[in-house]
Amino acid sequence: AEYGKQWYQRRVREWVNVSGGVGRVGITDHAQAALGDIVYVDLPDVDAEFDVGEEVSSVESVKAVGDVALPVSGIVKAVNDALSDTPTLVNQSAEDGGWICEIELTDTSELDDLMDKAAYDAFLESE
Amino acid sequence: SDTLESLIVADVAGLADNTGTLSLLTTDQGGIIDDCIVHRTTDGYLNLVCNAGCADKDLAHIMARLEAAKSSGMDVDVEIKPNHSLIAVQGPKTEGVLQGGVRDDLSKLFFNHTALVDVWGIPCRVTRCGYTGEDGVEISVPTDRTVELVEKLMAASDDVKLAGLGARDSLRLEAGLCLYGNDIDETTTPVEGTLMWTVAKRRRAARDFPGADEVMRRFKAKEGRRRVGLVVEKAPARPHYPILNLDGEVVGEVTSGSPSPCTGQNIAMGYVDIGYIKNGTPLQVQVRKKVFPATKVAMPFVPTQYYVERK
Repeated sequence: AEYGKQWYQRRVREWVNVSGGVGRVGITDHAQAALGDIVYVDLPDVDAEFDVGEEVSSVESVKAVGDVALPVSGIVKAVNDALSDTPTLVNQSAEDGGWICEIELTDTSELDDLMDKAAYDAFLESE
Repeated sequence: SDTLESLIVADVAGLADNTGTLSLLTTDQGGIIDDCIVHRTTDGYLNLVCNAGCADKDLAHIMARLEAAKSSGMDVDVEIKPNHSLIAVQGPKTEGVLQGGVRDDLSKLFFNHTALVDVWGIPCRVTRCGYTGEDGVEISVPTDRTVELVEKLMAASDDVKLAGLGARDSLRLEAGLCLYGNDIDETTTPVEGTLMWTVAKRRRAARDFPGADEVMRRFKAKEGRRRVGLVVEKAPARPHYPILNLDGEVVGEVTSGSPSPCTGQNIAMGYVDIGYIKNGTPLQVQVRKKVFPATKVAMPFVPTQYYVERK
């Protein structure tokens, strides 16, 4: 599928890339750098439904476990199975090949609460 | 020796000159107050190194015992060394690097042997020991010359690198060594902690260490839980994760765990009911909401490399 604009949550840990009501979710490059070498990713079950802000996954590095919360509400439609064998994909490509799951959005108006890439980049600069 | 033996489980009297061992301070109920390293020096004293994190309670405990010993007429004293720091240099290249700063022949300083040595002109106590499972030394150095010592070590070879507690923790876990506070504490006796090897035979027979009766009772009873090593599939096990049997019943708890850099596996230490301690016993570990297969294995996870004297 072709994916559209990337949206970044204000907590700046996760992103969702939406195309036609389906969103691909992952953690930011900033977040993976803070975690260090990732050794395990907890993938959600397909068809599980989550509210915005609910923990959908956890990403574990050698020293820490980071919760991954959904930036928008949705139903899990697919998970990135490649992360089972190669959790380091999240380090190598957090905002592309290291995506965690795909969700069907249940309330697209929630996207209004998120930052787009330009706003996110500006936010990172200001930190 | 007698005063120290009233505190720890080692055969202090039986230590050869300038040698030592890992030992434990115990409560009157047999619980472990701290683990420690003791050495008999030929410099007029017994050297005791404990965990800095337990300094306050260890000192209070030791000083109380000292008072009792003095009142009963013993000629003994305790000198605390507040102006000294401990630098550990670990790894197979330690001897080669250190020899450049030391006149004494380090090839004769065997595992658990200790000596007063000038290291690049700095008066130190060098002991062939450590907490990584590797060959290496711990150097007790005057605090105001610690930076100088470390700079000399770093300059001696490109192979010398600074390492922090993260590396120290994965190494000691790979070596099957306990972290006080995680794997052992005052609620564990040497029996549950699988540390009866630190209780010398003579001391077991004499029952003359704090908590001896309770410890020997548990030793013979063969009940309760025991500290074990585990290899866990998929996800790392972390402290407090439940250990389950194949029926999903809780039979224990993880006390330390992490990915093992040397083996590439997820390794862990924990306590399980005594029925599950055979090597190869299949178990499960609950990692947050999921459950993963685990196997009880012997420790160390990585073979140790202590520089033991070949007789």
